[in-house]
Order: sequence, then structure tokens, then C-alpha cells
Amino acid sequence: MKRTLMAALVCAGVISTGALAADNVKIAVIDPLSGPFANVGEAMVRHVQLAADAINARGGVLGGAKFEVIAFDSKSNPQEAQNALKQAVDKGVRYINQTNGSNVAAALIDAVNKHNERNPDKTVMFLNTGAVDPALTNDKCSFWHFRFDADADMKMSALTDAMAKNKSIKKVYLLNQDYAFGQAVAKAGKAMLTKKRPDVEIVGDELHPLGKVKDFAPYVAKMKAAGADSVITGNWGNDMTLLIKAARDAGFKPMFYTYYAGGLGTPPALGDAGIGHLKQVTQWHANVGTDKATKHYEAYRAKYKDTKDDFYFSTHFLALEMLAKAIDAAKSAEPAKVGKALEGLKIEGDTGEVSMRADNHQLVQPLFISTYSKVDGKDVKFDVERTGNGFKSDDRVEGSETVMPTTCKMQRP
Amino acid sequence: MEFFLVQLLNGLAYGLLLFMLSSGLTLIFSMMGVLNFAHASFYMLGAYFAYQCSKWLGFWPALVVAPLLVAGIGALVERFGLRTVHKFGHVAELLLTFGLAYVIEEIVHLVWGRAAVDYQIPEALNFTAFHILTSSYPAYRVFMMAISIAMLIGLYLGLTRTRVGLVIQASLTHPEMVEALGHNVPRVFMLVFAAGAALAGLAGVIGGNAFVTEPGMAAAVGSIVFVVVVFGGMGSLLGAFIASLLIGMVQTFSVGIDYSIGDLAGLFGAQIPEQFASITLARMAPMLPYLLMVMMLVMRPKGLMGTRET
Repeated sequence: MKRTLMAALVCAGVISTGALAADNVKIAVIDPLSGPFANVGEAMVRHVQLAADAINARGGVLGGAKFEVIAFDSKSNPQEAQNALKQAVDKGVRYINQTNGSNVAAALIDAVNKHNERNPDKTVMFLNTGAVDPALTNDKCSFWHFRFDADADMKMSALTDAMAKNKSIKKVYLLNQDYAFGQAVAKAGKAMLTKKRPDVEIVGDELHPLGKVKDFAPYVAKMKAAGADSVITGNWGNDMTLLIKAARDAGFKPMFYTYYAGGLGTPPALGDAGIGHLKQVTQWHANVGTDKATKHYEAYRAKYKDTKDDFYFSTHFLALEMLAKAIDAAKSAEPAKVGKALEGLKIEGDTGEVSMRADNHQLVQPLFISTYSKVDGKDVKFDVERTGNGFKSDDRVEGSETVMPTTCKMQRP
Repeated sequence: MEFFLVQLLNGLAYGLLLFMLSSGLTLIFSMMGVLNFAHASFYMLGAYFAYQCSKWLGFWPALVVAPLLVAGIGALVERFGLRTVHKFGHVAELLLTFGLAYVIEEIVHLVWGRAAVDYQIPEALNFTAFHILTSSYPAYRVFMMAISIAMLIGLYLGLTRTRVGLVIQASLTHPEMVEALGHNVPRVFMLVFAAGAALAGLAGVIGGNAFVTEPGMAAAVGSIVFVVVVFGGMGSLLGAFIASLLIGMVQTFSVGIDYSIGDLAGLFGAQIPEQFASITLARMAPMLPYLLMVMMLVMRPKGLMGTRET
């Protein structure tokens, strides 16, 4: 009798949480939680959770449904990420999010496409917040994939515009990770720079293995020997930190033009040595200077005081914000309907108006070029990772200027 | 010339770090015949302990305390793990250390989290040691090299010139005789394992702040230390030393060489697809140690200076 009662209680429990979960919108974050980029993956999960918390706090979507974030380990590996997708689907997830690794993103797009073809009643949507290989919204584009970060070409276009203005640049070295994204950065960097500044000499174009180099000193010695005065790199995570450390140790001080210098260990590794020598192109940083962004970040810093809670990317906030709006507009959490609502959707983000392109599902948003500088309370109000240094905006590139032609032939369900 | 000198020093520094990492592994293997898969995990523990100690006590005490703590863990692993499974043979020992590597990684996740910890080079060593023309060379790298060379000399003298070393060596070849002479052979093995772990811990103290202290650091060096040990000859300390330097040099210098597969094919007048032709030696640099290991195993299975077949 006791046992039946227990069983009944357990069943009831399962059913009631099941019913509750059906109301909630589950988002699976598939990012590296082990291996060389575990620190980055962990930060990404936290970012998504923060974004979900903010939306849940004001009542969620569809009049009460909450976002529920579940983390899966991609192990920086396409195959593992596809396995994670299967697990997520088994848990009833209809929305997946991924940030790290364009190779992983490409595998996820394939897997999502196949899954949706076979299960038209249980489709899955892929919210990409950082895999920026341009191919993902061109040749590999999919109706089920939406990218909220600017792609490598858009960022390179902004970066090379800034470089074109700096007449002191004579010799440029490209050092990138040897995989889809790094190769895209190298290709775009070379092509755009030679077009905008034919007088600049490209003294090196190097690829190194992703996440495997412990000591960048040999690479730094080579860049130095080549006489580089500027370095373009798309490196991220420990590949960025170790590169910067090795350059500092060797006393090599070129201008670094980067995609991801803004956090996760790079500023502390650099300390004051990098002031004025480190630039990044981002869709957001703490000192973009718009009222909305400043207020948002101030409130955030007041709420989360610890360094480990710092946030570096606003992409996840933007992605979930737009997802929430699309779900409400579609009056359904069904990915096929939400996808249609997302196409062409405009919202007022922290940095200005952003809109989702319908033709290839690439978000169009302002980009910022910024320089690593001392906090001065005016232009540089907030530091990064409590270093006393932060990023200062040099340039704001309007979204419309970053729009690139696309080869995407979208197949809609 | 400047480039060559800097690369030479970089290669030397990297090689000596590899030696620091692999010396403990070689010691344990040559004395006990145990291939310790958790060796790189001891390296990681050394780095994390050093981070924690340097927060509480400062870097210099950490330099002593962290390796001792790792040695203590090593001793416990030997006493309550390896000694128990020893009777089931080497495969059981290997599997035990293999599992241990995962356990340690998860414990590190739980205690210190997945992100990198802020373990910095001490201020006293954070300066430029000397300049080679226009390139500066950091003092900490010089410190790393000095510790590594001290390790080599200390180990060599300790094993060949001291009573303890003689007992250890005799325990390996004639355990019954050594026992009959009144020495506690199992305890000797426990001490050897603890010493090997301590060496890995010391490498962690020094490597952890030179690079990054994060939970992936064990996996990142795990494979390369095995390359060093296999290439140098299983169980040979000198072999491991030469192999470390060689691999350090090969990896460093190949980064500087832009000679591509296409150029090589061109020498023989062959045409190969652009996709392969554009791969330079520099891009292949991280693969070369593994290539060296495979070649060594094919041509000389006992390694450079090994005394037995692997």
C-alpha cells in the first residue's frame, strides 16, 4: 500500500513537472564545457542564463511561460555537438543555442535540417550567437538558423575601414586559428586590406591549430622578424590570452586588431602593457556610450559585483529578447511560426535599432571599433575584468554599412 | 640572426619544460614499470595547489608546498590504489591511472570551476632578464630553465650517487634481495611514485603561471609527455632529456619555416592540388612530434636510449 502510494506520488510528480515543462520554452546551450575552451563555454551558458532570467523576471513569454536554460557539452567537437543535439531533443528542447566554433555550428545546422525534415511536428530552431563563419548565412544557410552576431566578413570590413584610416600601418601580419572561422578571417582580411590599402604590405599569413598551442613565443618571434607593425587575429579563448602573453613577454608591441580581445583572461594577461595597442571590433562593449547600454550595464554591475560574473557579449541578450518578441508575435512557441516572425523583425537594442534579415537570417546591427585604454570616468567608464582598463569607442559603424551581399537560397517550410 | 637566437632560446625553454613534465613519468616508469596516465593530472594539481598557496602564503612557499601536497596524493594513490591492483598486472594499473585522470579533472572542476584561475607570475620574477638585440627575454623563462636543469642534475645524482638511489635501483632488479637486507620494498615504490608525482607538481607550479591554469591543461600536455617518453626510450632519464630538447627545437623552428608541401613537390616536378600544396611546415608544426614518435616506433621500438621494448 505504502509502495503504491509512493509510486502514485512519483507519477504525479513526473506528470506535473512534465506539464509545467511543456509550458516553458527550453533552450539548450551547446558549447564546450570541457577541454581548452571550457572557460568560454561556461561563460556562454552564464550569459544565456542571465538573458533568460531578465526575460523571466518581467513575466516571460506568451503570458507566463518561462525560458528554461539547459547546458550541454559540445567538447568543441562537431560530432559531440550533434550527439548533444539528440539528447536535447529527447528532453523536449525546441530551441538550441551555440556560440563557440563555426565548425560545430556547421555540423549543427546540418543536423537540425535533417531532424526537421524527419520530424516536421517537432522542429528545432538554432540561435547562433557567435559562430561567425560567413558561409553559415550564405552557402550553408537554413531557415532554421538565425545568427545574432555579425559575421567575420562584416567585422573585417569594419576593422579594415579603421585600419585604412591609420596611415602609420605599413606591415601587417595575419595570425589565425586553423579552422573554418580563422581561415575566413585570414581570407577576408587579406582581400579587404589589399583593396582598401594597396600600399600596405602583408608580411605574413599564418594559421595555427585550434586550442593546441601552449607557447606562442615562436609565433611572436616570427612576427617580429617579419617586421610587422600590426597584427590581425581572430583568436579567442586561451589562444588569444596566450598569444598576448607571449607578445608581452617578448616586448613585441604591434597594434593588435582583434575580434575577441575584450574578456575571458586577455585583459588581465596584458595588464597595462597593452594600453593603446589593442583594438577590437564588436557589436557591443561596456563603454559604447548609448544611454540604454550604459544604464543596462550599470544596473548589471550593481547587481553582480564579482569579476567572474562579468559579461562580455550582449549578443545573448539580443537573441533571447528577439526570440521572446517573435514568440509573442507568433502567439506560439512553435519554431516554424517563430522563425517566420523573426524574419524582418526589428527591435531597439542597447546600441540602437537591430533587424533580422529575411533573406539569409543574419542580424544587422551597429558595430564598434574600440581601443584598450585606462578608465577615465568619461569615455572609458567601465573596466574589464577589474583591470582598471577598459575599451574606448573609436568608431561606430552603422548597421546599414555592414550589410553584405548573400548567396543564400533560403528553403522555407 | 636575432630571429635564430630567439627561436633557439624559445625552443630550449619549451624543451626544458617538456623535460620537467616528463621526468616524473620516466622515473615512475623506469622504477616501477607503471605507465602513469594521470601524470599530466598531477601537473595540473600542482598548478592549482600553487595558485591556492600563492594566494594564502605567496609564491615562494607555494613552490615548496604545492609539490609536497601532490607528492602526498601520489603516495596515497600508490598505497591504496596501485599496490592493490598490482597483482592483476600492468593493464589494471594502467586503467586505474586512466580513471584517476578523469576523477582529478572533475574534482578540479568542482573546486575551482571551469574557467581559468588568475595565477600570475610573482612580481619578483616579472622583469626582463636580458635583451637579444631588440627582443627582450623574460626572467621567468630563465627561472623555468634553471629549475628544469636543476631537476635533471638532482635526479641523476640522487639515483646514481646516493644510498637511497642505490636501494631504489636494487629494488627494481632484485626486490627479494633488497627485502632480505631489511629494506621495505613496497615503501620504496611508494616513495618513488610520490617523488614522480612531486616532479609533475613542481612543473605545474612553474608552468601554471607561465601559461594558463585551467582544467584543460592536463589534457593539453597529456599526449606530448608520452611522445617525449616513448621517443626518448621508455624509462631513460637521459633519453627523455634529449627527446624533450629535440621536440622543443623541432616544434619551435618548424613554426618559422614557410616551406610548403607544394614547394617540396615542385622539387620533383610534381603537381599536387592547391588544397595540399599550400600547407606549410609551420602549419604542420604541432603535428611533427607525433610524426617523430611514429617514425621512432617503426624504426627503433625501444626509443632513443631505452633499454627495453615498449
